[in-house]
Amino acid sequence: MVNRILVGAHYGLKDWVIQRATAIIMALYTVIFLVRVSIVGANSFEAWRGVFANGFMKYATFLFFVSLFYHAWIGIRDIWMDYIKPDGVRLLLMIATAAALVGYAGWAAQILWRM
Amino acid sequence: MAEMTIKKKRPKNLDLMTIRLPLPGILSILHRVSGAVLFLLLPVFLWLFESSIIHRDSFVTFKSYAANPLLKVVMLGLIWFYLHHFCAGIRYLLLDLHKGIDLESARLSSKIVFAVSITLTLIIGVRVLW
Repeated sequence: MVNRILVGAHYGLKDWVIQRATAIIMALYTVIFLVRVSIVGANSFEAWRGVFANGFMKYATFLFFVSLFYHAWIGIRDIWMDYIKPDGVRLLLMIATAAALVGYAGWAAQILWRM
Repeated sequence: MAEMTIKKKRPKNLDLMTIRLPLPGILSILHRVSGAVLFLLLPVFLWLFESSIIHRDSFVTFKSYAANPLLKVVMLGLIWFYLHHFCAGIRYLLLDLHKGIDLESARLSSKIVFAVSITLTLIIGVRVLW
């Protein structure tokens, strides 16, 4: 039998790094988005579409969405781990969260390249 | 055995009525609450994004909804949640880099987070909603 102590090792380091990397991507996008909206405007349907019309904004927006969903996965998983003690319920909530986020990613791609 | 000694050392106070959170604590729980609320509303945001960008009628309808004072307050609240999560997140990134980890700086930076996020909410909210 192995007696391990689950502290002090680098369990979760990868997610810790990804949570911060995705945060930086989203923060940069937020600034780009606000600058672009203030230039192009978003008062009419055409202007609002125009915000996302070029290839760079489509890519940047998609990158934002993917970062958001991965970031949300780590954050929400942490919430389930903190407050939900029964293993079965916790696992179920994690699966539901991941399933929803994968769905959102597909939805976001479809929105951006259908418009 | 080692696990036992580690567990023993940890103080615990979960009596919520006797806990008075200092400002960095309020910032922290609001970071979590805002993140959770924004997560739960993701399908709504995606639906609003999709409809507004693909159908002209939806864009016009949403714009008319934005004139409703009650919805204005809700949207202002959501903008604040986003910006609080944003500003508090930047504070955490700085703390990760060991910037401002002493008590005094940490309290000051939490005040700055509230001041900046609320000011930005008012600026952006007024420009978008009025």
